[in-house]
Amino acid sequence: MKEFKADLHIHTVLSPCGSLEMSPRNIVQEAKKKKIDIIGITDHNSTRQCREVSREATKAGITVYTGVEVTTKEEVHCLAFFETFDILDAFQQYLDKHLPDIKNNTDLFGYQVVVDESENIVYEEPRLLISAISQSIDQIAAEVHRLNGLFIPAHINRPKYSLISQLGFVPPDLKADAFELTKHISIEDFLKKFSYLKGKTFIRNSDAHQPDLIGESFTTLKMADTSFAEFTKALAGIEGREVIV
Amino acid sequence: MKVKEVAEKLGLTVISGVNGLENEISMGYSSDLLSDVMGSAQSGDIWITLQTHKNVMAIASLKDLSAVILVKGFTPDPDMEEQSNEENIPVLGTTEDTFTINGKLFNLLNQ
Repeated sequence: MKEFKADLHIHTVLSPCGSLEMSPRNIVQEAKKKKIDIIGITDHNSTRQCREVSREATKAGITVYTGVEVTTKEEVHCLAFFETFDILDAFQQYLDKHLPDIKNNTDLFGYQVVVDESENIVYEEPRLLISAISQSIDQIAAEVHRLNGLFIPAHINRPKYSLISQLGFVPPDLKADAFELTKHISIEDFLKKFSYLKGKTFIRNSDAHQPDLIGESFTTLKMADTSFAEFTKALAGIEGREVIV
Repeated sequence: MKVKEVAEKLGLTVISGVNGLENEISMGYSSDLLSDVMGSAQSGDIWITLQTHKNVMAIASLKDLSAVILVKGFTPDPDMEEQSNEENIPVLGTTEDTFTINGKLFNLLNQ
């Protein structure tokens, strides 16, 4: 088994709150500089920047887990990852169908653009991406798993937009492949407060919205290679694969 | 005042938990953050929210609340409705928004 440094929660220029410097090229350069092996691309309610980041990353020898940070009906932020672009596109259709038709106000929220390798704008998302989609957390988890994806409630210790802030506690029957914590709390302290989550898999990421924060927090994945199948096993903690935070 | 009386006086629909209609209401609490309700609602409160997840019932039960009012025509998720019946904590519905129903409820409970 090898150990891979992974930062699995990174926003790009497509997220309204993402800095305009978060182009595919800059993200990959920064990841390279920080010796990160795997990055997760997780814009708010959109997967449309994933392909371009993957192209750039492949050139640099970095693996990308293509995903999204979905806002559920309850306003819980959840990460989801998918193995292939075809499946990612299927999930994009689901997002497009359930994202409310509220226009982005660029003065208030910033631009929501997809850029190519030369940083030309190739698409602008007219609908506000930080809205909640019209599906519940359970419905979204079910759809992610129907597509063989991985479902990870984001920054669950945060007092805003987290599973615990919005729903009070983690529903015992929620099918999550892992839970994300922020850098603000150690796993030991977290489990002292939420002992019912002992034995669950936790990951930690930067949630970077600007280049210099990439890799500020990261997760070490112990597995044979960086394939999606290996990642799935690492989160499940099986066959000698594991997550180290 | 009993849940039943409040439902009648404010024209609320009884969606589920009919066995809890005799529950006594002390006061009300309005919030859509379940973590906040967990920390701040008082026993006997009637809870006004737009959240329809089954965790609503778990917290209503934990905090010994008298009933839940869903605003703006929201309906409970099926497992929330189920749990309301099991816990005997009624879920009531209104098409009015939180501000309006809060105002009416406040006046009624302070009569």
